[in-house]
Amino acid sequence: MPKKKGVLGRLLKEVFKRYPVHILIVLVCIVGQSICTVQGTLFTQTLIDDYINPLLGTTNPDFTPLLHALMRVACFFAAGVIFSYTYQRIMVSVTQGFLRDMRTQMFKHMESLPIRYFDSRTHGDIMSVYTNDIDTLRQLISQSIPQFTNSVITIVTVFISMLTLSIPLTGISVAMLCVIMFISRSVGSQSGRYFVKQQITLGKMNGFIEEMISGQKVVKVFNHEEEAIKDFRAVNEELRQSANLANKFANVLMPVTIQSGNMSYILCAVIGSILALNGSLDLSVGTLVAFMTLNRNFNNPVGQISMQINSIAMAQAGASRIYDLLDQESEPDEGIVTLCRVEVDDAGNMQETEKRTGRWAWRHPRPDGSVELVPMKGDIRLENVNFGYNDDHMVLHDVSVYANPGEKIAFVGATGAGKTTITNLINRFYDIQSGTITYDGIDIKLIKKDDLRRSLGVVLQDTHLFTGTVMDNIRYGRLDATDEECIEAAKLTSADQFIRHLPDGYQTMLTGDGANLSQGQRQLLAIARAAVANPPALILDEATSSIDTRTEILVQQGMDGLMRGRTTLVIAHRLSTIKNSDCIMVLDHGVIIERGNHETLMKQKGKYYQLYTGMIDLD
Amino acid sequence: MLKTLISQVKEYKKDAFLTMFFVIVEVILEILIPLMMAGIIDEGIEAQNMNAVYKYGAIMFVIVIGTLSTGFLAGKYAASASTGFAANLRDAMYTNIQTFSFSNIDKYSTAGLVTRLTTDVTNVQMAFQMIIRMCIRAPMNLVCALVMAFMIHAELSMIFVIAMGFLIIVLGTIMFFATRYFNQVFPKYDALNESVQENVVAIRTVKSFVREKYENEKFERAAQNIYKLFVKAESVLAFNNPSMMVAVYGCILLLSWLGAQSVVGGTLSTGELTTLFSYIMNILMSLMMLSMAFVMITMSLASARRIAEVINEKSDLVSPEDALTTVPNGAVDFNHVTFSYKHGTGEPVLRDIELHIHSGETIGIIGGTGSAKSSLVNLISRLYDVDRGSVEVGGHDVREYDLEVLRNEVAVVLQNNVLFSGTILQNLRWGNENATLEECQEACRLACADEFIQNFPDKYDTYIEQGGTNVSGGQKQRLCIARALLKKPKILILDDSTSAVDTATDASIQQSFEERIPDTTKIIISQRVSSVQNADRIIVLNDGVVDGFDTHDQLVKNNEIYRTIYETQTKGKEEA
Repeated sequence: MPKKKGVLGRLLKEVFKRYPVHILIVLVCIVGQSICTVQGTLFTQTLIDDYINPLLGTTNPDFTPLLHALMRVACFFAAGVIFSYTYQRIMVSVTQGFLRDMRTQMFKHMESLPIRYFDSRTHGDIMSVYTNDIDTLRQLISQSIPQFTNSVITIVTVFISMLTLSIPLTGISVAMLCVIMFISRSVGSQSGRYFVKQQITLGKMNGFIEEMISGQKVVKVFNHEEEAIKDFRAVNEELRQSANLANKFANVLMPVTIQSGNMSYILCAVIGSILALNGSLDLSVGTLVAFMTLNRNFNNPVGQISMQINSIAMAQAGASRIYDLLDQESEPDEGIVTLCRVEVDDAGNMQETEKRTGRWAWRHPRPDGSVELVPMKGDIRLENVNFGYNDDHMVLHDVSVYANPGEKIAFVGATGAGKTTITNLINRFYDIQSGTITYDGIDIKLIKKDDLRRSLGVVLQDTHLFTGTVMDNIRYGRLDATDEECIEAAKLTSADQFIRHLPDGYQTMLTGDGANLSQGQRQLLAIARAAVANPPALILDEATSSIDTRTEILVQQGMDGLMRGRTTLVIAHRLSTIKNSDCIMVLDHGVIIERGNHETLMKQKGKYYQLYTGMIDLD
Repeated sequence: MLKTLISQVKEYKKDAFLTMFFVIVEVILEILIPLMMAGIIDEGIEAQNMNAVYKYGAIMFVIVIGTLSTGFLAGKYAASASTGFAANLRDAMYTNIQTFSFSNIDKYSTAGLVTRLTTDVTNVQMAFQMIIRMCIRAPMNLVCALVMAFMIHAELSMIFVIAMGFLIIVLGTIMFFATRYFNQVFPKYDALNESVQENVVAIRTVKSFVREKYENEKFERAAQNIYKLFVKAESVLAFNNPSMMVAVYGCILLLSWLGAQSVVGGTLSTGELTTLFSYIMNILMSLMMLSMAFVMITMSLASARRIAEVINEKSDLVSPEDALTTVPNGAVDFNHVTFSYKHGTGEPVLRDIELHIHSGETIGIIGGTGSAKSSLVNLISRLYDVDRGSVEVGGHDVREYDLEVLRNEVAVVLQNNVLFSGTILQNLRWGNENATLEECQEACRLACADEFIQNFPDKYDTYIEQGGTNVSGGQKQRLCIARALLKKPKILILDDSTSAVDTATDASIQQSFEERIPDTTKIIISQRVSSVQNADRIIVLNDGVVDGFDTHDQLVKNNEIYRTIYETQTKGKEEA
């Protein structure tokens, strides 16, 4: 990933846009604090000349003016402390608020990204952006920005004071400052380069660890521990090297800038002395002494800025990865047709409604402004569909499928024949290269993706559960489902029995993708989840493969009840579960080679017949 | 806890000490600089003595060069020491995770371990670097500045001592409260990380249920939790700088007042007063650094604790001393085995299991969902330990074997098949890293995987995405079987590993097992009677108890559970 230009600017702009009032108050506080600090510094400079020297030699020194002056300064100091606390406290809210905002913004965006994005990255690498990369911003916002502002203000005020004292000496100081800046910049950019590398390696490392630890049980059964450590060490070493270089450059920066500041001091002292002692310039000894103090105050903030380079460089690296995620293109959704609830009056006219009538329609706005309501029936058609994950390698060829409302359509074929792919196309995880897919006569490209997917209940081949209770996981299918409805669905799909045996029944916590359940139990939950969603059409992709056959029959009975009147697309290896389908499609290498119901296919004595009678296998 | 961490500095100890050494030299040199500055002003400029200016200027120049080089070296070694330390910490954690048993693994979440290995280590790395640089530098600076100040005027310097006493109390209080919050923050970090992980892994589920909004809200809550705790913790830390300022400003005011009187009283020169002020600046700078380091340390303490926890976690399954290093044969015996997942505290999932399997037998296991089939076979390769009774392999208790030897001889194809990102060949070689292409192909032919692999454009070099998302379920299972076959084990366990493979392929896999690896004990868990009916004997498990253990024919006759399963599964065929 190339380092993006201007990510920091973009980031800062965003901070300001989100927290303009906060930032404004912070800036005012910082300026206020600087003024107070300058008052203090000015006071110590005038202390000797204005308050001490006049008293020297007097027999009865009067300290009252000094006391007054001190009290005045004390007020400034007190104000300074208050300003300081105020802005630091506000910065806490800004920093943490911004990190929170960035995280949620990233997450929202991530959820909108196409499946392809997730296919091409390791999980851990994506996770790293939310933790390691976001963390780099923390120091930048909370410390570097105020510090930077503070330092710049100090530099400017001191610069003005210096000008009033001696222009030539100011020239020397500024020249030295330029040298320091130049060094800082070049070392800083080196450091930045390696920080980018560090964050990338950190992501890679995160990916590696996440994958290996997720598969740790496999590592164990294969005694693969040593190799896993060996591979880990390679990434770890890579990370160490880039981190080492990045930190080295950043660390070296501080001594370099501070000592350059001291050089500037020596230079000014020597040249200043020559000028003052020769009397060639109008430079009094007192002025020179005062100037020397300013010179120090001039160089100090530069040292402070350089200390922040570390976090700035790191934040730059983190920000570029954050924006890399944010700049990914969302899943395009040009759909205009939405799903809506309708009620049908006696005359058969449909009317949009908020009521839960159990009837749905597609709301199809026409270009002329009128709205057409198409009753949702579950008529799914694929016509001459060609598809490939890459344009140059097609996996489906000229596939046509006609599923009439309420029909059960089954896909049979060898592993890798393209069965799952077909279902992925219907809910538009991927877009087809040519042909059309229609749902109730509407091209699915016209339907809003959310509504399209809502109209399809899917039980995927790979079951994924979420952290939460069993009840939460079932309710995932329909968020407003009551406990009773969830339990009802579990009963219907035969999941109820095993759930009741869990330590806390429906309130048992599931963690780590339901790691404490067997594959079959996970599938039962996934089916219950789809059942509670109560969708008009169902896609079951090997939904019962790990469920024992006794339970499967019970599930099947429940499902048959559930699927009555619904269009169902089924993929299953056990032909007994699909025998009663209205239409069975036999797929081979992305081509439908046979279609028809069980009886017709058996009569045809083709591939299905051979499969069913066990004459051939699917591969 | 800290001892655990510090012991991981290891080979970078030298760099750490060099850092401290250079920092010390740097600070000593640095402390001389204000003296030189005072010299230039007092003896040079004020005394109008050009030679003194040159003299002090030259000395200062030399000192500056010295400081610069030591500072440079200190920075360099600090980077190397801290990043090296971090690498060692990651290594120690990861290496220890590799010794974790299944029950250790179950205890931690993946996301939690990932955070510990990255975020927490980064926190500790930064704190460590701060410690070896700043925590030497700043106190040294303080002490030196104090010593110098005392040399100038002891009574006035007492001001500094009072100020520091004040600071120690205030910072201690801040640290106490902030640490409490930080300890709570990191578990929330794990939760956030888990939320992301879950969504990335299950993105297809999220999208098919159109739950993006729901997930967003869930995530927002996780992010908000972190926000709240962090704001609490950092609000406490925000008192840090202001209290520092109070101390420094107090010093300036007091010093001005008392200093003025001393100067007028004749016990202090104006030059000395100026020097005292510059020491205040010096002290201010050190305190600033110290406070920054202090924030980092406070934050990293929570991380350090979490890292130490992983490093110190002891695997509850270890190879015994004088472990057996050969497995004589593939016989498996269960002697009155009772097993539960939470070491005797949970409900037993297996009760009083008594089974004797001969070497080379093919054993089928069948039983309802959740009847503890997987738990049973997991005991054979000692992935968990029994509560009561014993499991024997080759006539010896599995607890007598070296774990690696045992697991090399007992190959398990887990129910939850995992392929790793990498080529097919790389995945296969998990079974045997030295396997040749021919051997891999042979294993794939046995597992009926060779044919579909040959159909891929890149054949055995086809890249598998994480989690094997680019191969189908059935293909994944067959690759996993092939991977296990490459181990050439004495016992091969397939835990429902052919569920996504069609019956015929399943049968031909079984057949090739029979022909090609007759001496291997094969234990096959399946939902399908057809997968097990040709086995020598079949175990019928029901709710953690052996309900029947016999041949297919006998079971059909005598075992009701088995008969029911058999009948329901064959009904379709008979009709046809």
